[in-house]
Amino acid sequence: MRKKILLIGKSGSGKTSMRAIIFANYTSRDTNRLGATIEVNQAYFKFLGNLILNLWDCGGQDHFMENYFSSQRDTIFKNVEVLIYVFDVYSFETEKDIFYYQRSLESLVTHSPNAKIFVLVNKMDLIPEYERDKKFEKHKAEILEYSKPVQIKCFQTSIWDETLYRAWSSIVQDIVLNSSLLANSLNEFSNVIEADEILLFERTTFLVVSQSLRKEHSDLKRFEKISSIIKQFKVNCNRFDTTFQSIEIKNDNFTIIIDNFTPNTYIMVIVSDPNITPALTIHNIKYAQKHFQLLESQT
Amino acid sequence: MSKMMSSSVIDQTSSLSISSQNILSNGTIVDFSVGSMPANYGYDESFSKEDDEEDSNEESSQFKPRILIMGLRKSGKTSIKNVVFHKMEPNETLLLDPTTKTNLEDISCCSFITFQVYDCSGQIDLFNDPTCDYIALLKGCGSLIFVIDAQDEDQYTDAISCLTQTIFKGYNINRGIKFEVFIHKVDGFPDEKKMDIYNEIQQRANEMLIQQDATESLIQKIYLNYHLTSIYDHSIFEAFSKVVHKLIPQHRQLERLLDFLCNSCGLERAFLFDVASKIFIASDCISPLDTQLYELCCDKIDLVLDISNIYAPKDVEGISADDSSYTCVKLNNELYLYMKQVDKFLAFVCVIRDEIFVENRGIMDYNLTLFKDSIKDILSAQKTVSQDQSVNNQNNTNSSEPDTSNMANNILGNL
Repeated sequence: MRKKILLIGKSGSGKTSMRAIIFANYTSRDTNRLGATIEVNQAYFKFLGNLILNLWDCGGQDHFMENYFSSQRDTIFKNVEVLIYVFDVYSFETEKDIFYYQRSLESLVTHSPNAKIFVLVNKMDLIPEYERDKKFEKHKAEILEYSKPVQIKCFQTSIWDETLYRAWSSIVQDIVLNSSLLANSLNEFSNVIEADEILLFERTTFLVVSQSLRKEHSDLKRFEKISSIIKQFKVNCNRFDTTFQSIEIKNDNFTIIIDNFTPNTYIMVIVSDPNITPALTIHNIKYAQKHFQLLESQT
Repeated sequence: MSKMMSSSVIDQTSSLSISSQNILSNGTIVDFSVGSMPANYGYDESFSKEDDEEDSNEESSQFKPRILIMGLRKSGKTSIKNVVFHKMEPNETLLLDPTTKTNLEDISCCSFITFQVYDCSGQIDLFNDPTCDYIALLKGCGSLIFVIDAQDEDQYTDAISCLTQTIFKGYNINRGIKFEVFIHKVDGFPDEKKMDIYNEIQQRANEMLIQQDATESLIQKIYLNYHLTSIYDHSIFEAFSKVVHKLIPQHRQLERLLDFLCNSCGLERAFLFDVASKIFIASDCISPLDTQLYELCCDKIDLVLDISNIYAPKDVEGISADDSSYTCVKLNNELYLYMKQVDKFLAFVCVIRDEIFVENRGIMDYNLTLFKDSIKDILSAQKTVSQDQSVNNQNNTNSSEPDTSNMANNILGNL
């Protein structure tokens, strides 16, 4: 099952950097090695077993952009599952940016009317922290205005913190096929083992694919933080030609177990009941694996 | 073997007694040996008030050796201090302002390392500046780190002459100072170039030392340690660890303890880490230090701290140190990284093979509880010994040396 994802935006907005960090294990520092993308760079990523993401990273220089809307319009905008449009918050040249954006929307609506649209406002780290939310809300309002009547989802991102993972997790969760079935199964599992939270991560990218929450937690940004923390550790391990299989953290307040789950996912279980030993949780996870593996192979 | 161990422990503590006595002009005898610091360092009161404003607690300042970080302007001193002790990201150090005043940093609050780190301004010539009492600074100094910027080749000569000047002045004031040279900012160079730079600087420094040492008596007694460092990888932590090892009097005992633990539990590698700064206080001596394993352990500590901070309840900080807490990372090359918190600041991290870990988990946990107790004994015993020494300078009271023989008897072998 192939899904085509279009990554479009002005030259230098950060499309290739984001793709490199999420899918190719680059660190944020490594991305300064990347050069301008020439025309369209197509890549295939296996995701969750039988899902293949066909990522079209479209170079954003002006003469390429003009081609996308004219001679290559059909090729680019047909059969698109998801459009990701990237704005650079620092060099927001409103007129030209909005012009390209609206033309992209038009082309998309014509050729792939059912596509989902995500707009990312990137390079938010260049804005001082106290101004960030305000600036983002302002841009978001403008973008929503220019997008009417098309429905879009808008995120602020930066390759230097966890916001990147948040945006891409949302994108990926929308694409995953049986997400509601998965979520229900996870909820059931969670109730049985009395876990506070269960997160399901995709194996290579460590994006959160599904989650089940039984207990409230004050930090709403924790999913993406965990994604980036574990991804960072994974990349560090790769430097030594090794990778981790499982992580167990136990103390007075909680027990966290991160383990291989299905061939394409990792699971993270957080239990705060001190009476439940880690061994019990691990045992339960092993038994649940079969059910979830079956679920994954069925789609 | 246990008897040998306890007798050698006695040797260790006795050798830490007065190594150099300095008689001040008013006739009081002051002990400047590292590891036992009298509350009154024996220097100018005004100097201490200017920089030690926060450090008014006499007792806590008693056991704090000093590390001085010196070097030319823009060599990287403040960046090093921030990256190692304040968990600053290396790329954020580009935004730091030049240091204008010599800063005293007391890092004992969150770290086992109860040192005072002096970050000296490169813009002030320490020895010619009338406002700076360098004699006092150097007298209480345990280790002097001189940072040379390896990327700035034109400045090598200046840096090395400043280094030699500092060494001679320092040695004349305090014989106990250990001199370390950090050849810094080597991240951009390939390995061969790094060795070239290392050899070049070492050679030139030796030449200049010999040149300036008229009597040739000092050159044999001064030993310089060179380290290639960079804040962009783990080399700075490793170098700092080695510096710290020489300043911790209990280091040899801790190493022996770790050796013993490794042998009896079949560990590949064991470290005692200071969690806040990721400096390792001690490591086993069975095999030479494997940088990769050290880095993996550092990364693991980062991971655990970050995740724990997200899920810990608000009033709890860091990792809890009780017996049943642990952290375990299984790697795919049949190795486990196992970590247990020893006390508030220290964590024990070991690398152990799959099969051995699974088989001997229970024994290892038991041994680790004994290990924890021994460490506490060692650390508290040193304090008692120092206290006695500073009160009564002439006596070597070894009444409270740690009794590691007990632990040695009780540790169960795994075979």
